[in-house]
Amino acid sequence: MAIILDRDTRVMVQGITGHQGTQHTRAMKEFGTAVVAGVTPGKGGTSVEGVPVFNSIAEAMRGLPAGARPNTWICFVPAPFAKDASYEAMESGIRKLVIITEHIPVQDAMQLMAYADYKKAVVVGPNTPGVISPGERAKVGIMPAAVFRPGRIGVISRSGTLTYEVVNSMSEAGFGQSTCIGLGGDPVVGTSFIEALDMFNADPGTDAMVMVGEIGGSAEENAAEHIVSAGIRKPVFAYIAGRTAPPGRRMGHAGAIVLRGRGTAESKVKALTAAGVKVARVPSEISGLLKGAGL
Amino acid sequence: MKLMEAEGREILARHGIPVPAGRVVSAPGELDGIAGPVVVKALVPVGGRGKAGGVKFAGTLEEARARVGEIIGLEIKGCRVRSVLVSEKVDIARELYLSISVDRDAGMALLMASALGGMDIESVPEEKIYRRYINPLIGLQSYQLRDLAGHLALEKPVGQQVSDIARKLYSAFVAEDAELLEINPLAVMPGGKVVAADAKAVIDDDSLFRHPGHREVEPDITPLEQEARERGISFVQLDGNIGVIANGAGLTMATLDALGLVGGNGGTFLDLGGTDDPEKVKQAFRILKKARPKVILMNIFGGITRCDTVATGVHEVVRSEGAGAPVVARIKGWYEERAREILKDAGLITATTMEEAARKAAELSREA
Repeated sequence: MAIILDRDTRVMVQGITGHQGTQHTRAMKEFGTAVVAGVTPGKGGTSVEGVPVFNSIAEAMRGLPAGARPNTWICFVPAPFAKDASYEAMESGIRKLVIITEHIPVQDAMQLMAYADYKKAVVVGPNTPGVISPGERAKVGIMPAAVFRPGRIGVISRSGTLTYEVVNSMSEAGFGQSTCIGLGGDPVVGTSFIEALDMFNADPGTDAMVMVGEIGGSAEENAAEHIVSAGIRKPVFAYIAGRTAPPGRRMGHAGAIVLRGRGTAESKVKALTAAGVKVARVPSEISGLLKGAGL
Repeated sequence: MKLMEAEGREILARHGIPVPAGRVVSAPGELDGIAGPVVVKALVPVGGRGKAGGVKFAGTLEEARARVGEIIGLEIKGCRVRSVLVSEKVDIARELYLSISVDRDAGMALLMASALGGMDIESVPEEKIYRRYINPLIGLQSYQLRDLAGHLALEKPVGQQVSDIARKLYSAFVAEDAELLEINPLAVMPGGKVVAADAKAVIDDDSLFRHPGHREVEPDITPLEQEARERGISFVQLDGNIGVIANGAGLTMATLDALGLVGGNGGTFLDLGGTDDPEKVKQAFRILKKARPKVILMNIFGGITRCDTVATGVHEVVRSEGAGAPVVARIKGWYEERAREILKDAGLITATTMEEAARKAAELSREA
């Protein structure tokens, strides 16, 4: 078992003929993901990596038999076009959206998330490496498959490479993952720590959760509060990046900034610790904490 | 992108919000006449201008020119004043506060208003601030505005003007792709007219493709950070003496933190990003060298990026130009064995874990 993705996941790739779209379609298929359709306006009728390409999402939905239609959508198109494409996906009945695109204007992200709420769609990202469920052979994203192992730990992260670092050390220590979800490095994203924790908490295939957070905003503090108020029973572990980051400076990610004393690593570590979450000081400590908890 | 007050004011005026008449000058001689008493305000992207002598009043043209001369050239919180806004002096009976900003946790715009304007909103007691989220699908609604006027206990004519301004402020917020539009104070004049006596605007950097016209305030960054920005390299200069380069923002922060735990001080945040292009690696190293670190700590996790291609870029730059400082490298992931050989051949000190690399770098920084 896993969250968001499973063996029934059928993926549509928006922007499949672009460099990233093509490269990652190949990698997703190699991992075992069912990529059933690609969309690039003007390129309909061609194919990429054996995947049929359509001019629009609606055309793809019409062109495929009912049982073979995509139920999950991944977006690689440039920022100015991502909102429009996401609306098209939701209007076409898709309820799982993974938005890899970086630099989407925050107003677009806010409108998009409000519409996703209205449509009851799950949005992962934007600016995310995506989602992977190793045991289900399903990957919708750009993560390097080689570092993941099937297992029973749920990983939730705001980062990219740092996630691979954490996951790799977990895998080396024998802790595989049920699902790993990248929330995205932008200020406004779809799925939050709270929603991901709830999904993992309800998933029989997950025994514990690892959160990889960073400075900026209060998503980790809110998650800490939620762990207590919602009575999350499965153990939660965390690593927070940016303890030494100076205030007021944007540390790479658009969302990684301490503003007016808010969003510090210290405040996050404190809130999580108070909620019973074991917080690692360096990424490699996570495995030791998992072992220590008897997992 | 933070805008200067003058441009923030232009945005408000463009959306129909009343603002005092004013003009920007960068020398006393540029001022050829004033219509009445004025206020001369330093155009710097920082708060606390008044206390620093950057806001002064004048009644005549001579006085105004003198004030302009006094303020230009001042340094306020590290920012040199290059121009001033000379603006009609507003008689203020009452000061209100009004702003709309992006609330990242709610994923919505947040409207904030207070009857206690003219001071930093951070110092206003929570119960004195009216806060409401604006759902982007429906926008700001009339009931919210009635609620606002009631909460601030505004008499009807003032309440109507404030509501109208709030509505226009939200239109401006959406149309201009703002992250923040703040009017503080929103001035109520003795006759009851409401005017935006100040304007703060922050525009979303990611929206600039649809707003090509903005003039950025002199960015609040070092010349080296500016150079990195022009080359598309994510780089922040820090106080320490160890140059940190890694791939991915999160991993770069984590590397700096690991260094902090063993008593080392990071001097740079340099995120190589997803690239393995040797040319990009070279450029990144050149920026790093210009920051003159005592030691360089490189931490690469090759997931999508091939470690050996990154290593080749590093090898080339170190061989041809020198690193300028000892380099401790930890490289892990795809093709890591080959990468380590390449780095050793380039004369770099290699480590297998982030902690070990951090320890070695910290030790070297104390010896050097």
